[in-house]
Amino acid sequence: MKGSVISVLVVLAVLDRLAGGLEHRSYDYTKYHTMDEIGFKSTTPKKAVWMDCGIHAREWIAPAFCQHFVKEILGSYKTDSNVNMLFKNLDFYITPVLNMDGYIYSWRDKTTRLWRKSRSPGTGNCTCFGTDLNRNFYANWGMVGISRDCCSDIYNGPTALSEPEAKAVTDFLGAHQNEVLCYLTIHSYGQLILIPYGHPNISAPNYEELMEVGLAAAKAIKAVHGTSYKVGTAPDILYANSGTSRDFARLIGIPYSFTFELRDKGNYGFILPEDQIQPACEEAYQGAMSIVNYVHDKNFKSAATTATL
Amino acid sequence: MKTFCSVWLLLSLVELSPAPPASQEPPLACTGAPDPAPPQPETAEDMASTGDLEPTHYPARRAAQVALHYLNTHHGSPFRVFGLQQVHKASAEDVAAGGRKYKLDFSVTDWGSGSATMNKSSEEFFSNTTDVLNIAGPALRCSADVLFPRTERHSAPEVQLHCEALHQINSTAQEEDAFYQKYISPDSAVSARDIPDSFGNVSEEMQPFWRLARVAASFIMLRESSENTEFNMAKVASVTQQESSGEQLMLEFVVLLHDLPSQVTHKHTHRLWTLMDTEAVCVLTVCVCSAGDRSVEAAGVLVSRQRRQGPADRVAAQMPSRHQTPKLTL
Repeated sequence: MKGSVISVLVVLAVLDRLAGGLEHRSYDYTKYHTMDEIGFKSTTPKKAVWMDCGIHAREWIAPAFCQHFVKEILGSYKTDSNVNMLFKNLDFYITPVLNMDGYIYSWRDKTTRLWRKSRSPGTGNCTCFGTDLNRNFYANWGMVGISRDCCSDIYNGPTALSEPEAKAVTDFLGAHQNEVLCYLTIHSYGQLILIPYGHPNISAPNYEELMEVGLAAAKAIKAVHGTSYKVGTAPDILYANSGTSRDFARLIGIPYSFTFELRDKGNYGFILPEDQIQPACEEAYQGAMSIVNYVHDKNFKSAATTATL
Repeated sequence: MKTFCSVWLLLSLVELSPAPPASQEPPLACTGAPDPAPPQPETAEDMASTGDLEPTHYPARRAAQVALHYLNTHHGSPFRVFGLQQVHKASAEDVAAGGRKYKLDFSVTDWGSGSATMNKSSEEFFSNTTDVLNIAGPALRCSADVLFPRTERHSAPEVQLHCEALHQINSTAQEEDAFYQKYISPDSAVSARDIPDSFGNVSEEMQPFWRLARVAASFIMLRESSENTEFNMAKVASVTQQESSGEQLMLEFVVLLHDLPSQVTHKHTHRLWTLMDTEAVCVLTVCVCSAGDRSVEAAGVLVSRQRRQGPADRVAAQMPSRHQTPKLTL
């Protein structure tokens, strides 16, 4: 990812952890730029927003969105006072392709296009590859919406955090849990904004607020190209699940944690055509920024109100 | 003018269906080890709500998706495939015979009209109206009863469906005829893989095959659906034209069906025969050979579909009587 980046910190710990996977390959961090940290430098610790894309390999529109998001904020911070203010008060941590092994595999040829999981070799008697990274987190791990069949697309791994990718995110969020205000994880398809938790019997303490924020984001999305997104908990509008990164983030206290499921609703599904990339990203950008601005204004109220005087 | 019509559907039985009578000779031999049983649904999923349902929640949407598969089996064509736009109202109740019946009020749009890669979001913009539109296809208001039976082994949901103004949407008879004429010629040997390709591209020529694959897949998705599934066709792995006998256009499709709750993509092979006819009953014969990555024994089940209206019928402009003849095993 090139561009005029204000402060890009290649987080070696994250990169080191993101290595592993297929045949225990490591990624040369001088070639693979795994994570961006974007914001104005500060002498005091800053609050942060996290966004990951591409936990699931076949959801190609998600990494495209992360790249679009980075491009937008970098391209507008000088002229857009809102983005400028966000950069002052927040750092953005963005991983455009969290599941690097899986993503690369899904590009290999047409037969691999619909791969979902990581590419770690099966353990024990298992001859299949991969764990569903979004079932591997230590958040009600193994409780619902998973399969113990290691060949299944929702196999949650031999143990929680068996996958280096999930471990890397866990370690990073754990180390920064007092700074991260907002956790966004980008997926496709479905046109949904999902709020915690994936388990039908567990409610987030700020459920009402999360719904409000989510619905406002869906409204912002619709204003761009008319696309409808539904908002709710996963068990309500999609299906129950556990061990997700979104749930983990909420569990360790990050108050605003959302999953975006981008276009479409099943016509092309995972294989979204090129001419929908730009509009899909444009609308999702407004949705994400709606959430980011809400979170920012809640924490930096004085900075927000002076602007209107 | 010949019109595309598809009436008789020959479906092979997959492992979830009752075993075929021993005397049946399968029209196509698909051999291989039977697939493992699908994962049992989670208890949480089974506890779907009864009474008025939230239209944005999954139980209403999954039932509407089933109604949509039914709609596509009856009214889909190489130039028409319907997609779910929005559920307006939904309710569910347990029925005496066992099972749950959903009552739905929803809108659909024709994904097949206009360019397949057109920005589909424009249809969403008008979701509050029931006007017939020309942008990305008209929005149709439909109502349906969808019954999910509770049987020891899975049986297909039963659907009753009514869509307003179905007869008013632009006829695709001309395109269907041109399509048939083009490919029925003796030297036609269509063969293609991966529709769409990895980047979502579907060539102009392949779009009718893409839609036809989904129509055929709708028979399977309809039959395999339950309250715990939500199917879409992920892609067409291959389409191969078979040698036509007489007036029959014969195609073999291998499709990948994606189920949202389990996230599994199932591979299905079906062969599709179409017989173009102006008057008589037309034939769409589909043999389903597999679920998952391996083939299973095929046998035959005939399911009828009403014949499409010919030019003379269109004057009458009314909903064709929709009936499903009893399943016949060959």
